[in-house]
Amino acid sequence: MRAIAPRLTMPRPLEPVGRASRIGLGIAFFVVFVAVWAAATLGGFVSRTFLADPITMVMDGWTLLTRFGFAADIAVTVWRVVGGFILASLVAVPLGILMGAYKPVEAFLEPFVSFARYLPASAFVPLLILWAGIGETQKLLVIFIGSVFQIILMVAVAVGQTRRDLVEAAYTLGCGDRSVVRRVLIPANAPDIAEILRLVLGWAWTYVIVAELIGSSSGIGHMIIDSQALLATGQMIFGIIVIGLIGLISDFLFKAANRALFPWRLA
Amino acid sequence: MSKLLIDGVARVFPGVHGGAPTRALEPTTLAVEANDFIAILGPSGCGKSTLLRIVAGLDRPTSGRVLLDAREVRGPGADRGMVFQSYTLFPWLSVAQNIAFGLRERRLPPAEQDRIVADYVERVGLRGFERHWPKQLSGGMQQRTAIARALANDPQIMLLDEPFGALDTQTRALMQELLLGIWERERKTVLFVTHDIEEAIFIASRVVVMTARPGRIKADIAIDLPHPRHYTLKTTPEFSALKARLTEEIRAEAVLAAEAH
Ligand SMILES: Nc1ncnc2c1ncn2[C@@H]1O[C@H](COP(=O)(O)OP(=O)(O)O)[C@@H](O)[C@H]1O
Ligand SMILES: [Mg+2]
Repeated sequence: MRAIAPRLTMPRPLEPVGRASRIGLGIAFFVVFVAVWAAATLGGFVSRTFLADPITMVMDGWTLLTRFGFAADIAVTVWRVVGGFILASLVAVPLGILMGAYKPVEAFLEPFVSFARYLPASAFVPLLILWAGIGETQKLLVIFIGSVFQIILMVAVAVGQTRRDLVEAAYTLGCGDRSVVRRVLIPANAPDIAEILRLVLGWAWTYVIVAELIGSSSGIGHMIIDSQALLATGQMIFGIIVIGLIGLISDFLFKAANRALFPWRLA
Repeated sequence: MSKLLIDGVARVFPGVHGGAPTRALEPTTLAVEANDFIAILGPSGCGKSTLLRIVAGLDRPTSGRVLLDAREVRGPGADRGMVFQSYTLFPWLSVAQNIAFGLRERRLPPAEQDRIVADYVERVGLRGFERHWPKQLSGGMQQRTAIARALANDPQIMLLDEPFGALDTQTRALMQELLLGIWERERKTVLFVTHDIEEAIFIASRVVVMTARPGRIKADIAIDLPHPRHYTLKTTPEFSALKARLTEEIRAEAVLAAEAH
């Protein structure tokens, strides 16, 4: 008789995994991660001064939320990221499309944008404080500078790689140059542009925290730097985890929106 | 006055990496009468696509010119509908929206667009697939949609570049009958590029044979087989005779082309 028990063998390369297994495996790693962390801290292998254990972290987080108004900090940080990111997108997406579509525009802007892309947004923080003070403008500017050049360049590359045969088909169907941009280049690349925005939004989170670590009186980054003075590692880790969770949620929302907006991609 | 006049059109592609330039097309002259269905037959690499792209206005001749209704072609336009060998449906549009693409560009009233789309969906046998995405269609269905998309625009002339080249033999035969049926009713002027001899004889009223690179017109043969044509035509002696003759014409070229590679 042959055993029909589920076999735990190595899967074939590229073999798909079922939905239930996928979710289970994804959660399993979080469990392993927390377990190792708990073992290291609760087991006394790592000093409390440097790393809080998971239970302290959760309790510290609760105190932060209920007594120190941490929810307001989270809201401030989210709005800074979203605000700066939306501003950057409004400028960068049209410019990127123009650059991808029109080669003289690309020749004009590409070298500068490629250069500006490597300017580290975090290094601008001290300069921006001089220019714009420590108010919201400065925070938005850090995120703007960090995102705008990346988006421009990536969108330009995507648009520049549009299938030529689709463009030619549009011309033979009577499109003029502007119609080709509007009716082919933009819709053909819309899913890629959405994907680029999702990616860059993730990076924008790094910039906002850096901006808040220096010269800020609110936000998640400010809380983290405050906690450092108190050696409150539980709070610091809670702050970091909150950022991770928000990232996870925004990623999920982006993906859901893409699925709803671009059903033809999945068909 | 010819509908379309290809007048001494030649195309030389500049050499890559300092190599010798490619003479894709020798000066070629071809007059196409209204309602002609011309098949351009030749081995691969002989400049068929180059010629068609120049007529479409997607490429420019090195010398010579193309006249459509006595007006010189200077760029692509809706008066010359094109069907490509590669699948070029817009993947973000449904079948119906693809067919309506040119109609929307002309800003026809929506009701009229719907009427024309429904008409062509019916003619290419895609009822029930109007709302499908191109990805969900077989190759044959995609090409039928592409043909409908070009025809819906009511062009002066249809240009087809090996539209059935990527299809299996059975689908290809059905598509030939479909296209022929449409032509027999509408009598559009058609330039149809192919490397398939049977296909050329079956659908065309005139077959133009091109030489191996550099491309040139070698023979121009009228196909006087009666319409409407039925697939059984392919087994008649007249058909076989034409096939034997064209095979002879093109064999020499294929040999030359093979030696050149
Ligand atoms: N854009 C191009 N640049 C350089 N050479 C080309 C280009 N397009 C076509 N050719 C060359 O021109 C010749 C004819 O090509 P093509 O018209 O595509 O032939 P066919 O359609 O008959 O197979 C080929 O040798 C091809 O390599
Ligand atoms: Mg070709």
